[in-house]
Amino acid sequence: MRLTTVLYALLGLFALCVPLLGIYPVFMMQLLCVAMFACAFNLLLGFGRMLSFGHAAFFGSAAYATGWLVTAHEWGPGAAILAGVAVAALLGLAVGMLAIRRQGIYFAMITLALAQLVYFVCLEAPFTGGENGLQGVPRGELLGFLPLKSDLVLYYVVLAVFVAVYLFIHRVVHSPFGQVLKAIRENEPRATSLGYEINRYKLLAFVLSATLAGLAGSLKALVFGFVTLTDVDQSTSGEVILMTLLGGTGTFFGPVLGAAVVVTLRQYLSDLVGGWVIAIIGVIFVACVLSFRSGVVGELAAWQLRRQKPSPH
Amino acid sequence: MTTVFGIPVAVILGQLTLGLVNGSFYAMLSLGLAVIFGLMRVVNFAHGAFYTLGAFAALLGLQWLGINYWASLVLAPVAVGLVGIVVERLLLRRVYGLDPLYGLLLTFGLALICEGSLHQVFGASGQSYPVPPALAGAVNLGFMFLPLYRAWVIAISLVVCFSTWFVIERTRLGATLRAATENAPLLQAFGVNVPLLVAATYGGGVALAALAGVLASPIVLVNAHMGSSLVIVVFAVVVIGGMGSIFGSIVSGLVLGVVEGFTKVIYPEASNVVVFLIMALVLVLRPTGLFGRE
Amino acid sequence: MKLRMLTLAALAGLVAAAGGQALAADEVVIGDIDDMSGVYADVEGAAGVEAIRMAIADFGGTVLGRKITLLTADHQNKPDIGAAKFREWADQNGLNLLLGGSNSGVNIAMSKVASAKKVPFFVIGAAGASLTNEDCTAYTVHYVYDTTSLANGTATAMVAAGGKTWFYLTADYAFGTQLQNAASKVVEAHGGKNLGAVRVPLGAADFSSFLLQAQASGAQVLGLSNAGTDFSNSLKAANEFGITKTMKPAALLAFDTDINSLGLQTAQGLTLTTGFYWDLTPETRAFGKRFFAKINRMPTMDQAGVYSATLTYLKAVKAAGTTDADKVMAELKKTRINDMFAKDGYIRADGVMVHEMYVMQVKTPQESKYPWDFYKVVKRMPGEEAFGPITGLCPLAPAPK
Repeated sequence: MRLTTVLYALLGLFALCVPLLGIYPVFMMQLLCVAMFACAFNLLLGFGRMLSFGHAAFFGSAAYATGWLVTAHEWGPGAAILAGVAVAALLGLAVGMLAIRRQGIYFAMITLALAQLVYFVCLEAPFTGGENGLQGVPRGELLGFLPLKSDLVLYYVVLAVFVAVYLFIHRVVHSPFGQVLKAIRENEPRATSLGYEINRYKLLAFVLSATLAGLAGSLKALVFGFVTLTDVDQSTSGEVILMTLLGGTGTFFGPVLGAAVVVTLRQYLSDLVGGWVIAIIGVIFVACVLSFRSGVVGELAAWQLRRQKPSPH
Repeated sequence: MTTVFGIPVAVILGQLTLGLVNGSFYAMLSLGLAVIFGLMRVVNFAHGAFYTLGAFAALLGLQWLGINYWASLVLAPVAVGLVGIVVERLLLRRVYGLDPLYGLLLTFGLALICEGSLHQVFGASGQSYPVPPALAGAVNLGFMFLPLYRAWVIAISLVVCFSTWFVIERTRLGATLRAATENAPLLQAFGVNVPLLVAATYGGGVALAALAGVLASPIVLVNAHMGSSLVIVVFAVVVIGGMGSIFGSIVSGLVLGVVEGFTKVIYPEASNVVVFLIMALVLVLRPTGLFGRE
Repeated sequence: MKLRMLTLAALAGLVAAAGGQALAADEVVIGDIDDMSGVYADVEGAAGVEAIRMAIADFGGTVLGRKITLLTADHQNKPDIGAAKFREWADQNGLNLLLGGSNSGVNIAMSKVASAKKVPFFVIGAAGASLTNEDCTAYTVHYVYDTTSLANGTATAMVAAGGKTWFYLTADYAFGTQLQNAASKVVEAHGGKNLGAVRVPLGAADFSSFLLQAQASGAQVLGLSNAGTDFSNSLKAANEFGITKTMKPAALLAFDTDINSLGLQTAQGLTLTTGFYWDLTPETRAFGKRFFAKINRMPTMDQAGVYSATLTYLKAVKAAGTTDADKVMAELKKTRINDMFAKDGYIRADGVMVHEMYVMQVKTPQESKYPWDFYKVVKRMPGEEAFGPITGLCPLAPAPK
């Protein structure tokens, strides 16, 4: 476990020094937002064992809310982000209440259907700009004095939020709530027989996941300065599933790793191999499902565990 | 012009007819999905990709080998069906015992590979496939000009769908298939080669998708993404009809196509989502679907 | 554990490499962001990139002693991809000029980046006139054509020919909407009536249900407010469903490549407006033949336009003696543009490059004597007539009193 702390410290140092190393801050911020989204999704999939096929609905709707409030109503970034998060939470509650009643494939299909409805609303609503999206979202000043227009300042803000979210998820999973969730995941009938109202727990997990996804979306709106339909569409939902699966469901760092790999692949590879990126991502996806079922981090963790214990075979 | 609620009857009938054409595609595709799910408990997300492959097989068959439409109607599904069997044996087999979500994710990944590769090689905008000369021209129905080709699509889909239903529900082969869905080990004990049956079923299901693709080629542009936009709607159709029900998926497909057409008359923009709305309602109120048996 | 550390280290390295600096030392960097694989890929696309390269080579490959580099990217018709790429090139690669390809929605997004990063931005492929009105910036130049000139050309001609009532099939994003609005205004100004419109998603596969709605309106003219493969497909479907028997199609935006893929049999008699045609003058013919030798197709107005735009920029840089954005823009707004693309063209305060536009009619198969002999000139519109007066919607260009 000491090793893990060392690794985290190294990563933290790396993250803090990013601007000094000459890495493009906007790229890193994109990575952090996406990683946040993946971690939020993993709370649901990895720790709650619920596969949502329409998580982009929460990410994108928060982004639209924040973007619109900042552009059309000139709200400050802090308030707008909070509003965006609130929108995602409410939406999560609504979707969750409908979806929780079913399990497995049916749960996934309901989330898919409801996400399509959200997409439709975003397409048709007058304030979202439809296919053109919301453009020119200003960054403003956080808390009245932090100029977010500077990529540097915004980077550290996003980094701080990311770390907070990461620690929060860690805390949730290790809390009594998280333990009950684990029990539900491993043996639902048993948990019910012990008197736990599983639907309440599942719903709370869903809402938490949606809220954090919304936070990622709101930040993304400010980082890039625009919100488009891509943020609520099926491909974004699919991509977050991919990242989480790739990095490792049920681990903390897995989604971050998965997000980093996918975003980097897109950035780096698309210059080299152009449109083959999608196909390559698909191959990696299939490989993960077939062999790396617990994802890269999961496999490494399991491998490490095997090495520690003297194994009979 | 006679009107119903202010909308000319001609317009309503026209949209309903077009809706029936779309419904025919939904029926054929959801039929294949229902068969695969019924037997293998696999949610075949790659169904849209096989539909696309069928269309490309017809297109490339014409461009590279001069295979005409009528031959493609037979050859393309066979070719794609074989690809499906290979996929089943090599890949799908490995996730059978696991959580059904793995099957879903695996086929999702396969769809990505297929779509991404086709996009890269052929570009995102489509290529057109000519309507076969024997089916060119239109028939004047009074309220609209219906191209002969679309009438053909409706006819052939109905024939294919109901033949498949007949085979599954009324023949010995179908009975064997249905037995396999209920108790595969027992059937294996009786000497039936269940793995072969499963492989053939998957191949057959995707061959149906490919046939739909060939039928679609003269209507829509053949492009890499034609399946992905369709497959989500088809899933909704299957869920509404009942995931294991053959009859349910055929009927739901046709009905929902018509419902979509009707929506295009009243509130055109919502035509894309009306199916999802209905699906959400069905899942909440009657989770096994309208005709489901589980 | 070593494996995990190694993986993380490799990942960090990869991240650093991907996000790292790629600043081009002392080069003049020209960028082209366009639809390279979607519905508009043939309008400019890869052939357009060749045209840019031709321009750079014709200019000599260097300007002010600095090498000229070209960066290209595919925006896939997504505003976020286009804007993000533009911003990245401006931040990381020292971009000096951006050439904007098709898709008005993407170009509007990119114009915001141009303004924020102060990079000259020549819009070649996008039509949306809002780029020089509500969305104008000090760095935007709308070079080849826009929705105003298209409407002024085609809509005027068709109303004059008897098409009084119009129904529109509109691509559901900035371009389609703006084109429909421009055409509607012209129709009403000339005594016609707009009966309605139906919005179609960009790249729709099947137009049949939308066309049925159009037919139900009973209008005389089917206004096709779309472009590229959307245009050719909707026209083909209109023929298939017998719509063209009762409604005359208005090709509000069509390119040589569309006519080529449709064939003269289908396209004959169509009225359209264009900013360039290869068979007009000896200079255009010379360019056309050079282009044909490389690409095996005659250039569309976008492809000819991007060639001319590149040269115009490079000439302005040379004249201004610097690549400083403000100085170059000032120089550009002073110059007269005289090449095979435009005669006596000039850049207005709102960013419009005012030049002659042509209303064309597509020849019948019998009238066409050689490949790509598609059009006969119906009307030559002087720039001021084509692009109309300054509307005053752009804060940089108040309407003349």
